[in-house]
Amino acid sequence: MELTLPIPNLRAIMPELVMTFWACLVLVVDVLISKERKTWVGYLALVGTLVTMAFTLPLLGTRTSTFSNMFLVDGVALFFKFIFLLATALVILVSLRYLDIEGVNLGEYYAMILFATLGMMIMAAGNELITIYLSLELMVISTYVLCGFIRRDRRSTEAAVKYFLLGIFTSAILLYGMALLYGLTGTTNLTEIGRALQAKNLGANPALLLAMIFLAAGLGFKVAAVPFHMYVPDVYEGSPTPIAAFISVGPKAAGFAVLARLFLVSLPAIRPQWGTLLWVLCVMTMTLGNLVAMKQSNIKRMLAYSSIAHAGYVLIGLVVANEIGLASVVLYMFVYAFMNIGAFSMVILMCKRGDRGERIEDFRGLARSHPWAAIAFLVFFLSLAGIPPTGGFIGKFYLFSAAIQANYVWLAVIGVANSALSVYYYFRVTMLMYMSDPSGEIRLTLSPSLVFALAVMVIGTLAIGLYPSPLIAAARASMAPIFGP
Amino acid sequence: MDLSFLFFYLFAAVAVGAALVVVLNRNILHCAMALVLMFFAIAALFLMLGAEFIAAVQVLVYAGAIMVLFLFVILLIQIDRVQMLRFAHRQSPLVVIIAVLLLAELLYMIIRGTLGIAPGGADAAAAGAASGSTEAFGALLYTTYLFPFEVASVLLLAAMIGAILLARLDKEEVGGVSRQDMS
Amino acid sequence: MISLQHYLALGAILFAIGVVGVLTRRNAILILMAIELMLNGVNITLIAFARHAGNLTGQIFVLFIITVAAAEAAVGLALVIALFRGRDTLNVDEIHLLKW
Repeated sequence: MELTLPIPNLRAIMPELVMTFWACLVLVVDVLISKERKTWVGYLALVGTLVTMAFTLPLLGTRTSTFSNMFLVDGVALFFKFIFLLATALVILVSLRYLDIEGVNLGEYYAMILFATLGMMIMAAGNELITIYLSLELMVISTYVLCGFIRRDRRSTEAAVKYFLLGIFTSAILLYGMALLYGLTGTTNLTEIGRALQAKNLGANPALLLAMIFLAAGLGFKVAAVPFHMYVPDVYEGSPTPIAAFISVGPKAAGFAVLARLFLVSLPAIRPQWGTLLWVLCVMTMTLGNLVAMKQSNIKRMLAYSSIAHAGYVLIGLVVANEIGLASVVLYMFVYAFMNIGAFSMVILMCKRGDRGERIEDFRGLARSHPWAAIAFLVFFLSLAGIPPTGGFIGKFYLFSAAIQANYVWLAVIGVANSALSVYYYFRVTMLMYMSDPSGEIRLTLSPSLVFALAVMVIGTLAIGLYPSPLIAAARASMAPIFGP
Repeated sequence: MDLSFLFFYLFAAVAVGAALVVVLNRNILHCAMALVLMFFAIAALFLMLGAEFIAAVQVLVYAGAIMVLFLFVILLIQIDRVQMLRFAHRQSPLVVIIAVLLLAELLYMIIRGTLGIAPGGADAAAAGAASGSTEAFGALLYTTYLFPFEVASVLLLAAMIGAILLARLDKEEVGGVSRQDMS
Repeated sequence: MISLQHYLALGAILFAIGVVGVLTRRNAILILMAIELMLNGVNITLIAFARHAGNLTGQIFVLFIITVAAAEAAVGLALVIALFRGRDTLNVDEIHLLKW
């Protein structure tokens, strides 16, 4: 048999190639560098994300596919890639000092972050079930390891075990859904699945509905939607704080990217059914996340429930599932990367060795001793609560107005009500910072990289809030390939 | 009566029986051995389905590599002292939802005898037998499915580094543990 | 010729047994084994579908699932070892996998 190897279009996967190369480079350099200088490895990984961004830029506006139509380059994939790379860069910046404090300054940490990012990038671009599954596993396996990175801390290992067991359990469920889709259509390519399902006109076939539910369950775990959210607070609390920030943004965004592509491209035949399913998930996720967040006394657990609630807001865009709806999903995830990593970074500011500074009480009177830190925290909380003039307001505004325009008025009403609820717990912390006296001396762990990252995130959050039009235009433009001509 | 029915029910019964042992038996070593048995039964079924290469991989990787790893860890650490984990509330909604869904699917398949799956484009049985060769499999893997293949290689690299990272014992850490033990 | 439904039913039964195992077992390694049962249920389903559809995509999928299963087993067992080490110094009896 004559075997002709395909000559794929490598230009389209340039960012992924660079990222793979850089992750390996980080591993090699890590071996060569002495133990005291491991921070350099972190800077090298940071440069890697920036270089990958530079290689992603020239692809903007192009629309192509490569490797037997398994890998797509389109606006959605590229926009998501920028979100992942941005989140990764910020997480690396806030990790540099943290790893020193926890005494786990190992170069492999950065390599694993880069591998996880690579997985996300391929997830957003994948147009085929096997590719999506493998890249998803690349992402989650790397994050399992990162969760358990502080091995001397038992909570970190336990968090990793929990995340691992529930993660592979839901992966198996996702696989069953994928197997059913393949069985129904005989192909694993998303576009062809969609075409085959339309052609067969299966309607509400039980196997198809079961596949849809299993896919939603498997991906619902990754985006932390209720009722697949149970692991979130424990895992965020136990894992290293920068990794909690990373998991709350990266895998969540990647999960949304796959969910959107899978449902819109492959399952348009049962649009009403998955619309209803996501509607229910969306309302449950928003409401439960916000209600439980109110009762937390640990700030990481509070942020965990708040991140669940935010997954609910983003689901609104997927329920609407038209051009504006999806544009507001990517817009929101972009803003969310800034404000959520920002909020987690404030926890890193408070951490010392042996004390992670996670009690909400620890922030009592922060404004007296460290007004700038308190202002940064205020900006992130305003944004998370969706109050102008911050990016969070713009993001929510577009999500809710997309819902209203598509006649999902109730969804918008529930969303607004939930935002009002969330103000309560964000402001509880803010009040503690501004209105009470410090119970003791507050010592912050300041480092240039952390301050720089915080400055970037504060400015980013405010800039999007004050001058949103370029970002909105970019988000709208990224959707054109799916909906436009 | 076709002989293949006999073999199907034999291997299916072995697989289900072994699976039940894995889920119900108290002795973890028995569970591991039952799991190996199930892997072999499934491999036999793969052969019946014309997937020779996958059957070989199933025996080599699952029964050979993965189970040896399991047994190694089981014997390395005293298993009765291993952490007891708990899914709080046994009757959590998740269990009920999934159990009901699976049951519904099974009942539907048994009662209706079909999933509404139209037969494949070609004569399914003939095409299946023809395409089952390892050569065709390899050709497809290295042409059409080259990209997933590359992703899998990165995944294995990441998993390997991760596993070493989590399981290795650092020098300082040994010191740390002994210091704690003395105090 | 054994029909597709036979294999699908077997796959679904194995998957369901695996789910029950995951949710009732209390030991990390046994939960991992139960997940292997689920994966084998998926695998038999995929191979049966592959024969039915007359293409090899399902077999390729299974090859990659086995690959990932190996990677997961390595990471999972490494985590179990790390957890076991932690126990020697700290005495906590149970991890609650699902805490609200």
